Amino acid sequence: MSLLQIDKLCKRFGGVVAVDECSLSVEPGSITALIGPNGSGKTTVFNLVTGFIPKDKGTVTFKSQVIDRMGPDRIYELGIGRTFQLARIFPRLTALENMLVPVRRQGLRALFSGAGWSNEKARAMEMLEFLEIAHVAGKLGGALSYGQRKLLELGAVMMAEPDLVLLDEPAGGVNPALLDRISAHIRKLNSRGITFLIVEHNMGFVMNLCTDVVVLHRGRPIASGKPEVVREDAAVLDAYLGA
Amino acid sequence: MRSLPRLRLIQGAGVVAVFAVAIAVPALAPDPATTNIAVFTMMYIGLATAWNIMGGYTGYISLGHAGFFGFGAYALGLLLARFGVAGGYPPFLLVPVAGLLTAVLALAIGWFALRTRAATFVIVTIAFMFMLQLLAENLVGITGGGGGLSFPIPNWSGDFFNTPYYYVMLLLATVGLGASWLIRHSKFGLGLLAIRDDEDKALAVGVPTRAFKLTAFVISATLVGMIGGVYGYYVTYIYPQFVVDPLIGISMVLMVFLGGLGTLSGPVLGALILEPAQLWLAYNFGASRLYLVFYAAVFLGVILLLPRGIVPSALDLLERWRNRTGPPASRPATPATPAKAVAP
Repeated sequence: MSLLQIDKLCKRFGGVVAVDECSLSVEPGSITALIGPNGSGKTTVFNLVTGFIPKDKGTVTFKSQVIDRMGPDRIYELGIGRTFQLARIFPRLTALENMLVPVRRQGLRALFSGAGWSNEKARAMEMLEFLEIAHVAGKLGGALSYGQRKLLELGAVMMAEPDLVLLDEPAGGVNPALLDRISAHIRKLNSRGITFLIVEHNMGFVMNLCTDVVVLHRGRPIASGKPEVVREDAAVLDAYLGA
Repeated sequence: MRSLPRLRLIQGAGVVAVFAVAIAVPALAPDPATTNIAVFTMMYIGLATAWNIMGGYTGYISLGHAGFFGFGAYALGLLLARFGVAGGYPPFLLVPVAGLLTAVLALAIGWFALRTRAATFVIVTIAFMFMLQLLAENLVGITGGGGGLSFPIPNWSGDFFNTPYYYVMLLLATVGLGASWLIRHSKFGLGLLAIRDDEDKALAVGVPTRAFKLTAFVISATLVGMIGGVYGYYVTYIYPQFVVDPLIGISMVLMVFLGGLGTLSGPVLGALILEPAQLWLAYNFGASRLYLVFYAAVFLGVILLLPRGIVPSALDLLERWRNRTGPPASRPATPATPAKAVAP
């Protein structure tokens, strides 16, 4: 059974059809890429799945539960984390505090008490070590470089131990050395059982990293399958090259 | 890192010393003119601290908190009249009830107002305050309208009269500071600060932003309502235009901006500077609104010279000085346990 199932999802902005009867699935344990030309609706699909914008029609099911009427915080709680196209962190919180915001705590008492901070801080430091940015733990988010922000954003999403992570252009604006590091981190996290759905324009990054690819064009999928198969698909070449 | 426990010790000793001085004020300077300044200063410490819980931590600037202040005052006045409570200490026991009623109002107002953000939220809160002022003026049968509402007058001597009010204001300010500290050091507080920085991002990492903002709004308004109740009892007579006064709301905001938005000590510092200065101006230059010129000058000064307020600017200076003389280059991460390497 698919981890995430999208059925006939539709979204219009005025006269523009951003997502048009879009159906796709993400298998557990996969690293699935969602690719397509600019304006093909990839980020809109992310926003619909994570509850940031309401759908017009269709269904989104996660772990057999319909989630398309839930808010972003509730969807996050169920196990879907996401990053944004431009790395978004909390600039006036330290890197360590940025890591602690996403940690789930149940009940009023847990919200207001300091109990559990030690474990959570230790876990956050572990994640920062893993991402090789532990040395900036005490720095304010706004003082970090773009690459450090990208890694911090990824680390923060991981803190709530999500089952599925949606990465919006993780390779955007990143130098080749950092790109390799991001790739390696995603692979390691994937080997721990985390599923990824990635929107990306960098085809080298996608072909090397992803196990499955879905191609969107004008809001609907035109091809899906293994990277080597999708790469040769005539409809995909048409969409990208405009032939 | 070694200096951190020492710093905490100094901070702790400082807090105890300030608190001891605050308790001793009526004994050290018992004349009514001074204790009157002390009552109002303590009132504004409480108000600024309470406002900061919403405005400072979440970044939602409410200019309508004077509405809660006035509502608290009317709530206590009407409760005292309804139950026929005589002047003295018993009216103080009903202050939490006035706070509770203000909390209910804040829950209703916040439910709608917090659907908006930024400038719209500011305007909605101002509109709410003026609506409340209009209601207080027009619901003559309940509030007394423009004729005002009187409170019972305690039978205390002139020299002692201000002292109980001072201690109740001190208690409320302490409760406010305690709540502010607790929130700042909790998961809830971290969520509020995340909302201040980027609300959509906070939502994306699971912060239930609406519930968090509403909770902060209600806590903040409840404290302001209780302080408003004590204020009404202190001045013994309230009128809509003086108790639901936009200048009270602006004063809270200015004090927080002067001391440092979103800090624990900033609102205290702001109130300690501005309120005695304002009362000094009133004593020396008459009860005109000359202090508004002073407020405007302070506001300009803050915007131009200290946009982040005194406390954050002073901390920045200290940080720069430490960087020049010592090792740490950033805020301490203070992980509770040493970080371990992660096995991939």
